[in-house]
Amino acid sequence: MSISYYPGCTLKTKAKNLESSALAAMKELGIKVEELDRWNCCGAVYSLADDDLIHIVAPVRDLIRVKERGHDTVLALCSMCYNTLARANHLMKNDEEKRKTINMFMDEEPDYAGEVRVVHLFDYLRDDYGWDKLKEKIKKPLNGLKVGPYYGCTLLRPKEVALDHPDNPSIFEKFLETLGAEVINFPMSTQCCGAYQVLGNPDAAVKVSHEILTDAVAHGAEALALTCPLCDYNLGRRQNIMQEKIEGSPEVPVYYFTQLLALALGLPAADCHLELNRESAVNLLKDKSYI
Amino acid sequence: MSTTTDETKEVSAKVEAKLIPIYVMGKKYEVPESLTIMKAIEYAGYKYIRGCGCRGGVCGAGSTVYRKPGDYKIYTGLACQTVVEPNMYLTQLPFYPAIRAIYNFHELEGKPEEIFELYPELFRCVACNACTKVCPMDVEVMDYISALKRGDIVEAAEISFDCIQCGLCASRCYGELPQYHIAQLARRLAGAYLTPRAEHLKTMCANIETGRYTEGLNSLKAMDTDMLKKTYQERELEPATAGEDWTPKDSTYL
Repeated sequence: MSISYYPGCTLKTKAKNLESSALAAMKELGIKVEELDRWNCCGAVYSLADDDLIHIVAPVRDLIRVKERGHDTVLALCSMCYNTLARANHLMKNDEEKRKTINMFMDEEPDYAGEVRVVHLFDYLRDDYGWDKLKEKIKKPLNGLKVGPYYGCTLLRPKEVALDHPDNPSIFEKFLETLGAEVINFPMSTQCCGAYQVLGNPDAAVKVSHEILTDAVAHGAEALALTCPLCDYNLGRRQNIMQEKIEGSPEVPVYYFTQLLALALGLPAADCHLELNRESAVNLLKDKSYI
Repeated sequence: MSTTTDETKEVSAKVEAKLIPIYVMGKKYEVPESLTIMKAIEYAGYKYIRGCGCRGGVCGAGSTVYRKPGDYKIYTGLACQTVVEPNMYLTQLPFYPAIRAIYNFHELEGKPEEIFELYPELFRCVACNACTKVCPMDVEVMDYISALKRGDIVEAAEISFDCIQCGLCASRCYGELPQYHIAQLARRLAGAYLTPRAEHLKTMCANIETGRYTEGLNSLKAMDTDMLKKTYQERELEPATAGEDWTPKDSTYL
């Protein structure tokens, strides 16, 4: 199998810690991926209007780049990119009429019919690499780390592209268990973080983010693991705003799942770019002697 | 055939170029088939008072948009470089309105966020690629816009290097971006802040400041024209086959 890696724009700017830790971890695991040499923004949000095909062009163009390269799989790390690419792929595979319209519009590119497989690092680890093999590679298990897996929306919905059961998933739990962490389940782990509401209605986003963090802490989590730069923005970076606006809003260390993976594989902390995380996230890792 | 100048002129005057029909802004003209679009338009009787610059394919003033019979595609070219084709439908598009952001360059540091703030419409790009398809210089316009969206200013500067700022990209943009102005800012930032500085330039400037070349320049300035010509003609040239280690006999100013 040959795998193209689609980074997405945010991983090159605000979420370098997600990319660097993931690339280091995949290298350590022997997962060979090649970043596409040409790629454009996927659009980040899959358009919900049924006839809004112009916004499907961007992700389809990226899928064509994968096909042109002769690769059969494209791997994404960002939940939003995964979701947008996977849904565009689903449409090109299954909707003959829209496929024809889009291919006709993109007459400068080869035709595309969903030939490429879109994966997230999670389902790649589960379905292709295998949890058992991953477990063998763990050098510094995260024993004693009480961490809540936060899925957010885009890994699980809609069901056509869901990595796992949309309401009752376990893939993130399995991943964290494999790293040796103590998984803390909490009811709000698949609720929306507020997403882009943070732009138009920031108070609503702060409210729901606060509820998620509070729920995780109430169930015993001392940290949160997540996969999406937008979730990280709402649940991690904006904790200061939350604490200003809502009395008693908790301080919760937040990590990308790949940072925990890299540390459990025994990779140096430098690969994780922890300076882009909250100070509390760095302190907790030091307290637990993981770094 | 005689090769004297006068006779050649006489012969060439007798050659009649084949005329072909072209449509300028919808009106049909018969023009010689070998002309460029620019010359054909002049042949048809139009006079350029603007929208025509270097006539060498560099200035970007003479963008043409045209179509061919039985073909839905939009074609573009530079009027001074593109040769007419039979039945082409064309118009000149020498300018297309696009707003250039105002900034004090010296207050910028070369951060992607600075471009995002000056040109927030960057994120209206839907990757439709109409810009790339219309570019007469074959610049991958959509690719440099994509590079900027992910904060890669140097990549954008490199991809857009051949841009002649003709504005055709902006004319076709679904997201209404002024691509060529954004690219210009990217190239400026890349050149000023993001690419390595030429270390030898510092040495050279220091040499000038300490007066190392003052005497030489003054002696050149004092020469009359004949002496200047003589000095120029007698200067030592680096032989074409010289190796890397070649140095001139007089190395006073090296």
